[in-house]
Amino acid sequence: MTNIQGDGSPVLELTGIGKEFGAIRALHGVNMHVHPGEVVGLMGDNGAGKSTLVKIIAGNFRPTHGEIRFDGNAVHFSRPVDARGVGIEVVYQDLALADNLTAAANVFLGRELKRKFGPVALLDHKAMAARALELFGELRSETRPYDLVKQMSGGQRQAVAIARTRLSNAKLVMMDEPTAAISVRQVEQVLGLIHRLKEQGVAVMLISHRMPDVFAVCDRVIVMRRGEKRADKPIHETSPEEVTALITGAKEAA
Amino acid sequence: MAMPLESPVTFSNVGKTKWWQRGIFASQTGYVLLALIVLMIVMRFASPYFFTEGNMQNVAKNFSFIAIATLGITFVIITGGIDLSVGSMMCFSAMITSMVMVELSAPGSSFVHLAADGKTVVANVPGLILLISVLAGLFVAFIVGLFNGFCIAVLGLSPFVTTLGMLSIVRGLAYVVSNGRGSFPGGPDAETFYALTSGDVLGVPAPFIYLVILAVLMAVVLHHTSFGRHVFALGGNEKAAELTGIPVARVKIEVYVICALAAGLQGIIISGWLGSAPANMATSYELNVIAAAVIGGANLAGGLGGPLGAIVGCVLLEVIRNGLVLAQVNSYWQQTLVGVIIILAVLVDRIRSRMT
Repeated sequence: MTNIQGDGSPVLELTGIGKEFGAIRALHGVNMHVHPGEVVGLMGDNGAGKSTLVKIIAGNFRPTHGEIRFDGNAVHFSRPVDARGVGIEVVYQDLALADNLTAAANVFLGRELKRKFGPVALLDHKAMAARALELFGELRSETRPYDLVKQMSGGQRQAVAIARTRLSNAKLVMMDEPTAAISVRQVEQVLGLIHRLKEQGVAVMLISHRMPDVFAVCDRVIVMRRGEKRADKPIHETSPEEVTALITGAKEAA
Repeated sequence: MAMPLESPVTFSNVGKTKWWQRGIFASQTGYVLLALIVLMIVMRFASPYFFTEGNMQNVAKNFSFIAIATLGITFVIITGGIDLSVGSMMCFSAMITSMVMVELSAPGSSFVHLAADGKTVVANVPGLILLISVLAGLFVAFIVGLFNGFCIAVLGLSPFVTTLGMLSIVRGLAYVVSNGRGSFPGGPDAETFYALTSGDVLGVPAPFIYLVILAVLMAVVLHHTSFGRHVFALGGNEKAAELTGIPVARVKIEVYVICALAAGLQGIIISGWLGSAPANMATSYELNVIAAAVIGGANLAGGLGGPLGAIVGCVLLEVIRNGLVLAQVNSYWQQTLVGVIIILAVLVDRIRSRMT
C-alpha cells in the first residue's frame, strides 16, 4: 500500500500550529500535510493534543499560532460551517446521526433536496433516496435509504455518516475513532469504507487508538505527544512497536 | 485488504421489513387507534345513543376543543420540549380577543357608527372588528411563544421551568387585564364570531373543520418540508442537528411560537362556544393536551409524534368521557381512567419495542 499521490500538492498543510488555553499549551509548532487520496493515521495518548488538532482543522477552535492552508489557500475558520464550506468533513465518534430518521434523511440532513410546488418547496423524497442509494453503493454498504437509523448496525451507521461527507464532495474527511465499540466484522466494513474514500481521491485522517486498524489502512502515521508532533512516517517504515514507544514516550521522536 | 461486500445494492442477508411491521402499524398511534375503534364498537352495543348524529356531533365538537392545541404542542414534544403554558395561553388569547372586540365596538370608536334609532351600534365594515380582535388574540400568543422560545433556545433555560413560569405569568396577566372578571365577546360582529366558532356547516361543527384543515397542513409540514425534518432531527439528536448545520435555535423558537398560536386559536374558539372568556378558563387544560399527545404516540423524549396521533389521543379521551356518561358511570371515574390509559398506552408500546 504505497502512496502514489505523494508528490502532488497537499490538500491540507499546517505550519507551526499552536494552541494555548490560558496558561495551558495544548499544541505547539505542529507542521503537517495531507495529500489527496492519502490516509493518514493520527495517534497519541489521551491529552496528547489529537482532538485539539482535529478541532482546529474542523473550525471548532482557532489556532493561537500558525497557518492552515487548504487546497493551496490560507484559510481561517471561525465556525465548523466555514470548514465544511471548503470541503473538510468530520465523522464524529458518536456519528451525529438522528436515530429516528431514515438513512436518506440523515445523509441529506440540513441540505435537503426540494421541489417547488408554486410558492412552497417540498422535500424530494425520491431524489434523496436515489442519491443516498448511489452513495451507499459507492461505499459498498448494504444500507437501505428508507430504513431508520435506529435499526442499523454500527457499520451501516458509519456508512451513513460517511455517505454524508461524500454528498458534499469533501476533499478531507477526518474520522474520530470510527472503529471503537463496533464488532470485528463491522470494523472490516469501516476499513473498507475508508478504502472507498481513498479510491475516490479523498484525503482521510484517521484518529484511532486501535493499532491494527491504523496499520491496515493508513499510508502514513503521525504520532502526537504532549502537544507536539513526535513522528511522521510512512507506515511501511515503522512498526506497531515503534509507534507504541512513541505514544508512551519510551522513544522521544522518530 | 478483502472487500467486505462486492455487490452494493443487493440485500442478501436481510429481508425487507414486512408492511405490518413498519409505519403506522408498528407505532403507538396504530395501537391506540385500534383500541379506539374497539372501544367505539363496544360503545355501540353498550349504548344505543352513542352513534346517534347528535352524540357524534357532540363528540366531534368536544374533542376539537383541545385537539388544535394538541397539534401545536405535538410540534414542541417532537423536538423533545414541553409547553405547560398552553392552558393559560388559551385563556389569555380568548380574553384579549373579546376585550378588543368590545373596545372597538364601543360607541365613539372609529370602527362603528350608530344606526338611525340612535341605540344600535353598526359596524362600518362588517367583519373588520372580528378580524382585528382575532389577530390581536393571536398576536399576544405569538409574543408569548416568542418569549418561551427565546428563553429556551437562546438563553438555554429548561423548557419545563420556562413554560411553568409562563403558565403563571400569562394566567396572572389574564386576571390583571380583566380584573379577575373575565370578558365577553360583544358588539356588531359577535354574532359572526359565534357562528364561526360554535356554528356548523352541514351538520359538521366548525371547530372540527378547522382541526381537519390544520391537521392536514401539519402532516405536510412535518413530513414534506425541511422545517418538519429539522423538527424531527432536533428531537432525535440535538447535537447531530447542530453539527449538520441546522439552525437549531430558530427551529426551537418556531415550534414554541406554533404551539402558542395553536393554543391561542383554541382559546378563541372555546370562548365562542362558551360565550365568554372567564379568567379561570381552560385551567389545567395543559394536562389534557399533553395527555392526549402522549396517548396518541408523541414521545416526551422527543423524535416521535404526528397530527394523526394527536387527534387519536383527543378522540380517545373524549370517547371515554362520553362513554362513561352514556353508560351512567360516576363521571368522577373519568380522570382516573384517563391516567390508566396514559400509562397503558406507553406500556404497550414499551412491550412491543422490547419484543422486536
